[in-house]
Amino acid sequence: MNHVYLYIFIMAAVTYLIRVLPLTFVRREFKNRYVRSFLYYVPYVTLAVMVFPSILDATASPWSAFVGFITAILLAYRGSSLFNVSLLACLSVFIVELLLY
Amino acid sequence: MNANFKAWRDGVRDGIPIALGYMAVSFTFGIIAKQTGFHPFEAVLMSATNFTSAGQFAGLTLIAGSAAFFEIALTQLIINSRYFLMSFALSQKIDPSTPFIHRAIMAFGISDEVFGVSMAVPGKLNPFYTYGAISVALPGWALGTLLGIISGNILPPRLNSALSVALYGMLIAVIVPPAKGSKILSGIIVLSMILSLLFAELPLLSSISSGVKIIVLTFIIAGMAAVLFPVKEEEAVS
Repeated sequence: MNHVYLYIFIMAAVTYLIRVLPLTFVRREFKNRYVRSFLYYVPYVTLAVMVFPSILDATASPWSAFVGFITAILLAYRGSSLFNVSLLACLSVFIVELLLY
Repeated sequence: MNANFKAWRDGVRDGIPIALGYMAVSFTFGIIAKQTGFHPFEAVLMSATNFTSAGQFAGLTLIAGSAAFFEIALTQLIINSRYFLMSFALSQKIDPSTPFIHRAIMAFGISDEVFGVSMAVPGKLNPFYTYGAISVALPGWALGTLLGIISGNILPPRLNSALSVALYGMLIAVIVPPAKGSKILSGIIVLSMILSLLFAELPLLSSISSGVKIIVLTFIIAGMAAVLFPVKEEEAVS
């Protein structure tokens, strides 16, 4: 594999540019209500799209993943901390897989 | 106590589960990097400088296949374009007077999860919170890569499988609590997941890469929501 460092540099540069341009160029608060509303909804949509259905492929079985998914939603809804939601979702997957296999 | 130090410490606290989840993912990345013929230093360097999962996995395949430089740049642009929108959202979450240097450092750490916890902070975001999260998440990402590439499969499969939902759990913990008691946000989250499922399963749509899917659905759903349910001033800030 030739030029591996150049490849890594190009990947890092492109990725950093995507991340840095809006944050450094947009130095004021948008007054436009539509733009503000759009950006308010962005995290919810983007993260929800990323979570489902790809979570179902993350573990050894879609069933254990589904139980982990529901566990996380219930705990988050009841106000558990980030750490607890994450850890107990893992634990629920572990238990379901013990029962399955 | 110094406000910046307190923000940093909160960031570290929320960064710990991110780091654990990252180790599970980057461990797999390290194993694949090894199979693809990468030297441990190269794989860890890629993780430390790119700090992104899907882009790096694609990068391994492209580099191994000696892809054109233009091709690898374009692939990263498509896969990682969602960070552009995240960066925009963060530009409104921080104080407008935040100096350039803080913006430039924060930007490096915009991963899906670091972005998620940063947006979940009540009120304006102190850059030191994000630094705190990055200061544990990034070493976790790099360390997992190193362990994966030098050791191969040391994690028991059961443990690896269980840890694989850690990051999803984090993201759920970010989006669900604000949706409690808000029919609009709950509806938007459910709709996002249903459309995401359709994009993954329907014949023509499933050929679209996940990077494109994320950004297309975000524009459509958040765009529609902004027209139908414009938020009040005080809501849009937090």
